[in-house]
Amino acid sequence: MNIDRRSFIKLAALGLFAMAAKPALDLISRPSAARALDGPFAGKRLAMAVDLSACTAGDGCVDCIAACHSVHNVPNIGNIKEEIKWLWEVDYKQAFPDQENGFAREPLQDSRVLVLCNHCDNPPCVKVCPTQATWKRDDGIVMMDYHRCIGCRYCMAACPYGSRSFNWRDPRPYIQTIEESYPTRTRGVVEKCNFCEERLSDGLQPACVEACSKGALKFGDLKPGTELYELISSQFNLRRKTELGTRPQVYYLL
Amino acid sequence: MYDKGKIIGGLAIFICLASFPAWYMAASGKADYRTNHVLPASENQCVESAQYMREYHMQLMQQWRDQAVREGDKVYLSSDNRTFDINLTGTCFRCHTNKADFCDRCHNYTGTAPNCWDCHNVPPASVQSQVTK
Amino acid sequence: MIESIFRGGKRYWLLISGLILLMAAGLAAYLEQWNIGLAVTGLSRDVSWGLYLANFTFFVGVAASAVMIVIPYYLHNSKEFRRILILGEFMAVTACLLAITFILVDLGQPARVFNIILYPTPGSVIFWDVVVLSVYLLLNMVLGWVALDAEYKETAPPAWLKPVAIVSVVWAISIHTVTAFIYAGLAARSFWLTALLAPRFLASAFASGPALLILIALGMKKWGGFDPGDQSLDKVAKIVAYAVIITLFFLLLEIFTVFYSQEPDAMAHFQYLLFGLDNHYGLVPWIWTSITLACAAIILLVIPSMRKNQLILALACAAVFISIWIDKGLGLIVPGFIPSPLGDITEYTPTLLETLITIGVWSMGGLILTLLLKVVLGVRQGQR
Repeated sequence: MNIDRRSFIKLAALGLFAMAAKPALDLISRPSAARALDGPFAGKRLAMAVDLSACTAGDGCVDCIAACHSVHNVPNIGNIKEEIKWLWEVDYKQAFPDQENGFAREPLQDSRVLVLCNHCDNPPCVKVCPTQATWKRDDGIVMMDYHRCIGCRYCMAACPYGSRSFNWRDPRPYIQTIEESYPTRTRGVVEKCNFCEERLSDGLQPACVEACSKGALKFGDLKPGTELYELISSQFNLRRKTELGTRPQVYYLL
Repeated sequence: MYDKGKIIGGLAIFICLASFPAWYMAASGKADYRTNHVLPASENQCVESAQYMREYHMQLMQQWRDQAVREGDKVYLSSDNRTFDINLTGTCFRCHTNKADFCDRCHNYTGTAPNCWDCHNVPPASVQSQVTK
Repeated sequence: MIESIFRGGKRYWLLISGLILLMAAGLAAYLEQWNIGLAVTGLSRDVSWGLYLANFTFFVGVAASAVMIVIPYYLHNSKEFRRILILGEFMAVTACLLAITFILVDLGQPARVFNIILYPTPGSVIFWDVVVLSVYLLLNMVLGWVALDAEYKETAPPAWLKPVAIVSVVWAISIHTVTAFIYAGLAARSFWLTALLAPRFLASAFASGPALLILIALGMKKWGGFDPGDQSLDKVAKIVAYAVIITLFFLLLEIFTVFYSQEPDAMAHFQYLLFGLDNHYGLVPWIWTSITLACAAIILLVIPSMRKNQLILALACAAVFISIWIDKGLGLIVPGFIPSPLGDITEYTPTLLETLITIGVWSMGGLILTLLLKVVLGVRQGQR
């Protein structure tokens, strides 16, 4: 046939490209899963209350942190830069920087405050994730899919609470005892508190709530009429950085 | 054609090299290699049929992954109406306890390296020896 | 047209070999990062973005700046820009590839990068950045190559090239605005939460990009026998001068807003950057170097006798480029994270491996640009 070399190469390239069309289409045309409106989480609105007057973190108690980190295989990397933490304690003024009161003393201004992911109602981390590796579930939990996370760390930049940690290296060598029933994570993904969603589906309370011997942590459905609602609405409580519009769901009872 | 000898000679060498895997395996008797993976002693039926699992276990894993993690639905209904907990460690590895004798046999041969085990825990050796006895 | 990349003098081959060597070093360092993880960098839980994202942000700006040549040539028919137009477009292509590569080396799970396309998320600014950068890369590849091809064949370029060029002008603004939106939409980071961020990005882009273009044109004049035309270089130098002045002005605006209002959270980041905070002074020498270089460059570029002296022009452009690299790179990303949301200060210093990877990526850009410009030289010289 009468075809010049250039056109032949162009045709061949086009042909190759066309051969990839069907596989490519298959790949991107995943049927979107139907959202079960009456799934296991419909109707619940999960939240947590931290009773600062009952909590003895200031006296050195770390029961909740130890429970959380052991149940979820959170590694102890050993240096501040790479540390991974789902639940930890900070000074009052770090947790509530907008509550500076000068001479008038807040009742618990010298206390240590437990901080964790707030599972916000308007989560900035969910908004910015480019792959939906983090998303807000029907029951309020801000979930992580470690399979999909590409490790861009945009969510870490977006979180106003510093709740998220990144796996800068393989965490397995830094886990003292691997808890069989829960996976570890791999390097290159972001992780954070998940409100123990794996325990909730077995009807258990979150590990930290169960581990607290002082009853300082309360967890459950937060809707008018529920036990948690009565507890929170009956006492003066603070949430962190409410002026940012994130609507956090961890309530600190003073 | 110009340079007929060189072209035909070059083509012949290329075809020999390109088809090397095929004729080498046939000649050396390695073509009938069997993976000899060790099946679990405790159960003789997997979540789905062995043929199905052989072809589609990766797709099934992905379906389980999305169903359990993203939909929150942790129960799988198999094609013969049995229910299973969607849990790699708790369901799959409960029977397939020995990664080296089962999973790795095919994966190593085919040269694939799935990274499931980076995160999902394999039962410790003590459990493995109990189940495969 | 492409065959000219295989023909060159000793200096050319020395340059190519040097760049490949540096790329190899960067690749070796990246292999270490691939195996171990991002722990090999100086990043931390508090400062989770650093040198890689700094370079990404900077080079998106350089890519957008091609528009500063395209607008005068295509929209205002300034014919004196004809000879350097191709430099702008190829510089944009290179800068786009550099920006994309810096994102790839920053990812914790780079093999999963296609998840951005498989699971499109219109609510995420990164999704849109991927879209606009990819299209912009394509636009400039087409613009540059088709125009050069027409020049090679000594015909006029096709008529559709001009509308595509106009689209690329609008698109250039979009790529840098979207990149600014990545930072400016985060309520968590008051250092970035300002409407002025996108204008700051654009102004600094229009200073640093054309400055690099002038350096490239002067380099090609000295070592490639390429004549950019002194009038066009002078016009571009004036654009750089205006852009640096506006950049500094915008910085002053930020400083006033923050320090006059005395709002503590906003102030803390600028205090750390400019004066140090709580005995942490990591960025102070860098930012003041940047400001000094910018001021010096303005003086040199505004005075005509200085600007028309090509050695001084080169020095001034190098000063602008370095100044804005510091300001938009380290001076923008790192203070966003210091202090942390909990008030902690964790300083950031890039590690050796991180720096090697960065140099490797720069060298990749250098290699791509060298090859593209060699083709341009081949075409131009073939016409003499």
